[in-house]
Amino acid sequence: MSETASTTHGVLAGAQHEHPPYQRHHFSSVAQQFDASNFAMWLFLLTEIMFFGGLFTSYLIMRNWYYPAFVAGSHQLSIFLGTTMTAVLIISSFTMAMAVWCAETGRKRDLILSLSLTLLLGVVFLCLKGFEWHGEWVEYHVPGLRFSVENFVNPASDPQVFKEYHDKPLATDMAENVGQYFFLYFVMTGMHALHMIIGVSVLTFMILRARAGDYTSGHVTFVENFGLYWHFVDIVWIFLFPLLYLISRHS
Amino acid sequence: MSTSTLVTLPDQSTAKIPKVNFLNQENGLLSWILTLDHKRIAILYLITTVFFFMIGGAAAAVIRLELLTPAGDLVAADTYNKLFSIHGIIMVFFFLVPIAPAVLGNFLIPLMIGARDVALPRVNLLSWYLFVIGGCFELYMIIFGGVDTGWTFTTPLSTHYVNTHVVGAAMGIFIAGFSSILTGINFIVTIHKMRAPGMTWFRLPLFIWSFYATSIIFVLATPVIAIAMVLIVLERVVGIGVFDPARGGDPILFQHLFWFYSHPAVYVMILPGMGVISEVVSTFSRKRVFGYTAVAFSSVAIAVFSFFVWAHHMFIMGISNYSALVFSLMTMLVAVPSAIKVFNWSATMYKGSIHFDTPMIYTLGFLGLFTIGGLTGVFLATLGMDIHLTETYFIVAHFHYVMVGGMVSALMAGIHFWWPKITGRMYPESLGRLAAIILFIGFNLTFFPQFILGYLGMPRRYWSYPPEFQVLNVFSSAGATILAIGYLLPFLYLPWSITYGEIAGSNPWKATGLEWQTQSPPLMENFPEIPIMDHEAYDYDWLERHQQEVASV
Repeated sequence: MSETASTTHGVLAGAQHEHPPYQRHHFSSVAQQFDASNFAMWLFLLTEIMFFGGLFTSYLIMRNWYYPAFVAGSHQLSIFLGTTMTAVLIISSFTMAMAVWCAETGRKRDLILSLSLTLLLGVVFLCLKGFEWHGEWVEYHVPGLRFSVENFVNPASDPQVFKEYHDKPLATDMAENVGQYFFLYFVMTGMHALHMIIGVSVLTFMILRARAGDYTSGHVTFVENFGLYWHFVDIVWIFLFPLLYLISRHS
Repeated sequence: MSTSTLVTLPDQSTAKIPKVNFLNQENGLLSWILTLDHKRIAILYLITTVFFFMIGGAAAAVIRLELLTPAGDLVAADTYNKLFSIHGIIMVFFFLVPIAPAVLGNFLIPLMIGARDVALPRVNLLSWYLFVIGGCFELYMIIFGGVDTGWTFTTPLSTHYVNTHVVGAAMGIFIAGFSSILTGINFIVTIHKMRAPGMTWFRLPLFIWSFYATSIIFVLATPVIAIAMVLIVLERVVGIGVFDPARGGDPILFQHLFWFYSHPAVYVMILPGMGVISEVVSTFSRKRVFGYTAVAFSSVAIAVFSFFVWAHHMFIMGISNYSALVFSLMTMLVAVPSAIKVFNWSATMYKGSIHFDTPMIYTLGFLGLFTIGGLTGVFLATLGMDIHLTETYFIVAHFHYVMVGGMVSALMAGIHFWWPKITGRMYPESLGRLAAIILFIGFNLTFFPQFILGYLGMPRRYWSYPPEFQVLNVFSSAGATILAIGYLLPFLYLPWSITYGEIAGSNPWKATGLEWQTQSPPLMENFPEIPIMDHEAYDYDWLERHQQEVASV
C-alpha cells in the first residue's frame, strides 16, 4: 500500500482534518472521542460495583449469621457523625454536578469555585472518617490489632451506649464475632476512603488544570467522567451508611 | 479437493518490506516503552508473557522429572508444593489469561474493525505497566522463597497454616488483575465505538465476537478476585477476617469469591482461542464460517453461562446437595455453545478446499484436543463422577486438554497465521508443520495417560505415588519432553524468520479480514485512510473481485 501517506502522528492528523487541539489523533470526531471515554467510565464503574459487590456479599452472609453481634457493633458507631458525613458527601455531589454544568457552559471562575468546594467537602469527609476511626482505636474496637470484647459481654462498661440502647450482654463466642463486624466495617469504609483519597487527589489536579482554562474551552470529557466517579463513590457511601450505622436503631 | 499450501508470496527478487511501518517508524528504547501504538504494546506484552511462560514451563519440567519415579527423590516435598504453585500461578495469571487478549487482541482488534488504534491508548499502555508491576511481585515471591498454597490460595491454608510469600503472590495477582480490567474495558469500548463505516455488528470477524465475550468476563469477574485477594492479604496481616473459621469466618466464602472469578477466567483462557480458530478455519477452507450468527452468539453465551457454574469446583467442599444439582445442570449447559462452535467449524470445512498450512494443522489439533477436554468436562459436571475424579489427575488432564491442548494450540495457530502481518515475513513452513505435529503428539502422550492415572485414583499435588502408577507416569514425562521440543522449535525459527524469512506481502493467505488489506507490517496508524466495509465477513468472492481491481489498476 501507499508509503507516501506514511507520516508521523501529528503531521498526519494535522494535515488531514480540521479539529480542535484536544481531539486525539485516532478518533474521527470529538463526539466519538467523548462517547468512547464516557462509555469507558461507565464500564469502569461497573467493575467497581463488582469489586464492592464481593464485600457486600461477605457482609450480608456474616450479618445473617451473627445478627446480635452486628447490632452490638453497630450501636458503637456515632449516628451523628455518620449522618454528618452522609450530608457532607451529598452536598459534595451537588457541587460536583455544578462543576460539570460550569464546564459545559464555559464558566471558568464558577468551575474553579465548585471544584474547590467539592475538594473541601471531600477533605472534611476524610477528616471526620479519620476522627471516627481514631475513636474506635481508643475504644479497643480494631480487630486483630487492638480489640477487646469487654463492651459486648458487659454492655454496662460503656455507659453512653448502654444508656441509649440497653443492649443485653452477648455470650463470649458471639462477642468475638463483633470482630467480624468491625473487620468488615474497616475494610468497607477503608476501601471507600481509598476511593475518596484518589478522588481528592484527582480534584487537586483538576483545579490546577481548570485554572489554566483547560475545561472551559469545550473539552468537558474529563470533568464529566470524574463527576460520574465522584457520584459513584457517593452512592457507595449511601449504601454503607444504613448497612453499618443503622442496624436495629429503633429500640 | 485439497492442496497442500495456500501461500502466495510476492516475487522475492523485487519484493521489499514497506519502508515505513510501525516497527521502524520511531526508534529507540523510549519509543517502545512509552509507545501508545496498540501494535507495539502487543509486542511488549508478547515479550513479557513469553518470559513468564518460560518460568512456568521450567517449573513444569521439574515437576515431570520428579514424577518419573514413585519415590520423592529429586526435590523435597515442600519444594514440590512450591513448584506446582508457581507453575499454576504464573501459567494462569501471567500467561494464559493475558497472552491472547493482550497480544493477539491488542494487535488485531483495531486492524480488524478498521480503527487507527484502540479507544484508550494511554490506558492500554498503563495496563502493560500494571502487568509488569504485578509480575515483579511474583518474581520477588519466587526468588525469596516461593509460595506453596497452589494457585487456588485455599483458605484457611493460605491465611493461617503456611509461612510462605502468600502476600506477595496475592498482591501480584491483585495488580495484574487491574491490567486485565483495563484491557477488557478498552476492548469493549473499542468494539462499540471505533468500528469503521459499514462495519456492522454482523460483519465483524468472529474473532472480534470472541474477544468481546472475553472482555465481558474481564470486566465483570476480575474485580471479584481483586477483593478476594485484598481480604486474604488483610487476614494474613491483621490476623482476623471473614475467611477464618476459628473466629467465626467462613472459608467456603473464599471459595465462592475465588471461583466466581476463576471459573469465568477459565473461559478467558479458551474464548480468544475460539476466535482464532474461526478465522483460520475459514481462511484455509476458503469458505465463509458456517452458521456465522450461531458462532457469534455462542461466544456470548459461553461468557454469560460462565457466571453461573462456579460452584462445580466446590462439589466436595460442603455446598448443599440442591445447589450442587443446579450447578451440575448449568455446567452441562456450557457444552451446548461449545458444541455449536465445534460442529460449525467442522461444517465450515465440509466441502471446503482445505489447505494444510501450519495454522490449519494447529487448528485441526485444537479441534480434537478441545473436544476431548470439553467432553471430559461433562464427565466432571456429573455429580457422582466428580466425587470420584475430583482432586485426581483426571482433573489435571481435563483442564490441560482445554487450556494447553486447546488454548496453546489456538495461540500457536494465531501466532503463525498473523506472523507475516506482524513482522512482514514468513516463518519456515516445513519446520512450522513439523512443530505443529510434534506438539500434538507430545501433548497427547503427556496428558492422555493422566486421564487413566486419575481414573485409577492417583491424586494431584503429591510428590510421590505408589509404584504401580510408574509406567503411565513415565509415558507422561516422556511426552512432556516431546512437547517441550514442539515449543522450542517455534522459539528458534520465529526469531530467525524476522531477519531471514521470505517477504510475505500484504496478504499471503488471501484472507478477507481488513487487517490483510493493509501493508505488512502495518503503519503506525494502521490505514492510510479509514477503510469502508462494503461486504460481509469472509466474503471470498469480494476478495477475488477486489484483487482483480487492484491488479488492473
